[in-house]
Amino acid sequence: MMRIPLSALIGLFFTGLFFLSAIFAPWIAPYDPSAIIGDFWEPISWEHWLGTDNIGRDLLSRMIYGGRTTIFVAAAATVISFTLGTTLAFSAVVIGGWVDMVLSRFIDLIMSIPTLIFALVVLSVVPVTIPVLILVMGLLDLTRVFRLARAVSVDINVMDYVEAAKLRGEKTMWIVFREILPNALSPLVAELGLRFIFMVLFVSTLSFLGLGVQPPDADWGGIVKENKEGLIYGIPAAIVPGIAIAILAISVNLIADWVLSRTASLKGGRNG
Amino acid sequence: MADTLVDVRGLKIGARIFPPGEKPKDIEIVHGVDFTVEKGKVLGLIGESGAGKSTIGLSTLAYGRGGVELTGGEVFVNGRDILNLKGGDLRTFRGHEVTYVSQSAAASFNPAKKIMAQVTEACTKHNLCSKEEAEARAVTLFTKLGLPDPENIGNRYPHQVSGGQLQRCMTALALCPQPDLVIFDEPTTALDVTTQIDVLAAIKEAIRDTGVAALYITHDLAVVAQVSDHIMVLQHGRMVEYGTVDHIINTPSEPYTQALVSVRSNIHEEKPETGDVVLKVDGISARYSGLKFDVLKDVSVELEAGHTLAVVGESGSGKSTLARVITGLLPPHTGSIEFGGRTLSADLAGRTKEDLRELQMIYQMADVAMNPRQTIGTIIGRPLEFYFGLKGAEKHKRIVELLDEIEMGEGFIDRYPAELSGGQKQRVCIARALAAKPKLIICDEVTSALDPLVAEDILKLLLNLQKIENVSYLFITHDLATVKAIADSIAVMYQGELVRYGPKSKVLNPPFDDYTDLLLSSVPEMKLGWLEEVLAHRKMESAGN
Repeated sequence: MMRIPLSALIGLFFTGLFFLSAIFAPWIAPYDPSAIIGDFWEPISWEHWLGTDNIGRDLLSRMIYGGRTTIFVAAAATVISFTLGTTLAFSAVVIGGWVDMVLSRFIDLIMSIPTLIFALVVLSVVPVTIPVLILVMGLLDLTRVFRLARAVSVDINVMDYVEAAKLRGEKTMWIVFREILPNALSPLVAELGLRFIFMVLFVSTLSFLGLGVQPPDADWGGIVKENKEGLIYGIPAAIVPGIAIAILAISVNLIADWVLSRTASLKGGRNG
Repeated sequence: MADTLVDVRGLKIGARIFPPGEKPKDIEIVHGVDFTVEKGKVLGLIGESGAGKSTIGLSTLAYGRGGVELTGGEVFVNGRDILNLKGGDLRTFRGHEVTYVSQSAAASFNPAKKIMAQVTEACTKHNLCSKEEAEARAVTLFTKLGLPDPENIGNRYPHQVSGGQLQRCMTALALCPQPDLVIFDEPTTALDVTTQIDVLAAIKEAIRDTGVAALYITHDLAVVAQVSDHIMVLQHGRMVEYGTVDHIINTPSEPYTQALVSVRSNIHEEKPETGDVVLKVDGISARYSGLKFDVLKDVSVELEAGHTLAVVGESGSGKSTLARVITGLLPPHTGSIEFGGRTLSADLAGRTKEDLRELQMIYQMADVAMNPRQTIGTIIGRPLEFYFGLKGAEKHKRIVELLDEIEMGEGFIDRYPAELSGGQKQRVCIARALAAKPKLIICDEVTSALDPLVAEDILKLLLNLQKIENVSYLFITHDLATVKAIADSIAVMYQGELVRYGPKSKVLNPPFDDYTDLLLSSVPEMKLGWLEEVLAHRKMESAGN
């Protein structure tokens, strides 16, 4: 029953590693992430496993704390975009009529503005704190989730069992959470993994551009920004966060694939 | 045996299945079947779903559909063992010596190409003849199959001809390369009964004129009796009985064949009128938004307590729309509905919980009428909880009672719909409707998707439950045998209008109006020569032409 394929095991291992190090950052990190403890851009050594950054802080410690921020912001924003996006989409489909029309067109309107530019504009007028950042990212990303959830639930909404529930006199919330949600879960779970990764990239981009996580806190995007001049001199410090993002992205997707194949078929996944 | 065309010996077919939570395993679905088809003869393969009839039919093309594998035995066509053909030889063989007509013509034609190009494709691809000659052949076939305007119909696209015509075009497609054998896989099952008869006649004539041999696969014994020379009855991948049509229809020796032959002969005794009217539909006209015409035109019917009203008609006659109007899914623009002595609100939102409880519905496709992520217990239990507030042990007790009533055991309570057979699924849907203790259940083609023997059990169950619960049924169907088996009164619908309405004894007996006559005479009867008889004295062209 619970034979986990190798790819999913790899995914689980690395994702687990990242999340654990994020949660236990204060115990794991060898140094204070904001203390200057050496020369700038020191190479990899036994004291500093990943070397030091542009002003001589321990890069590994900064990566661990940065990962904590990145993962927390991305996860929180994903939760917001998913809960709001799917609830709105399912309600729009079940209620139908002008509610669906107004919501869908409004979402189309937001989507017509490039997300990054929209985020930059909003974040340059409001004070950038972590909660504001999460909210802005979550709300902007909600549009994508809404579109997917709507497309999936439109098909489910015309099934006879949903009609049977409506004829029984069930309330909208019952239909949304009991009839539609369980049947829409597989594509949504796969999308969840993907959206989380997009959130990681999004917050990293914003931080790189200076409108994300503000110093002295740092996330992976911020670390790239601090160390980007080093690339000219062949210093790998700016590449390390990039590798971290790539590994996290791939491992989360491996898990999403596995979950998808397990839940997609009612008769059990073909590989599971 | 110089004229043997197909010789199948000890055919075994296997498939790989994926049971939940277990390793995939290989099972055998056809366990050694032998048969021969002589040149120019038609062999009917008959059986219920899962009997392996399509799989066996396709084996004469050396083809296994959807992961099915031919695991043993030999198939000779024209003296060659086709199971050992490889690559190019196999390609030449298929589409030249043996061709195939599938159930759904609409799904089999490429909607983006004209009919002629598709009909002649096999000829030109196999270099059997020139394009001009192939087109000449196609026109001859179109004429033979009774298609209107045979010279030009090939220039149309598949969506521009009716379903019955498209099915005949596919027959032309199969006959165009002048094959030795054609496999007809349920070619008329998806058609209306009055259209089916035309297609059937066309196929029969084409087979006779071209001298081609055929395998005719169907679940409907009455249909296969009209076109075949021999019939092979299959069950669970084994041959049950083989013989001439006359033998199978008139003197079947196996119990299973006897059951199949007698399945449509049930007749339900009409109940006397009581005057206790449950449902009164008065002068209903309705249309879907965006349409410029009424789908229902001034329909009025009445239904008494404990009685069954059958609404009969072909697709597009408005019979399902009537159900949608009564349930409140489609508010009519004129007319009213009285139910249990009170006038119902036209739309669903305006109805009370009591209105909804007393009017339940059972659907055609039990598969999609149940949430696949809910257990049977949840599905049946929800109405109990929703309407009567039952909880815990009380609810469980009532669910078990209901499962007993539909002749299923307590063990099903934690199962999911996917683990049930088609008949069991429909039973659960019946239990869900009964759980609400309704006065009226609307049954929308509830037996159409089921095998004949299973459908008969469901009808018996419905009649039994009617006696116990005194519930009324509004029974929507296109199948007149079903009507005879269950109805007390009948409403015949045609193009949105009520053409005939009254007690069963009156509606099914002459004098008939033209449409009812056409409809009644089109129902295949299980006797030899029925097709010719009917075609000889028809008053009206069928709607599909």
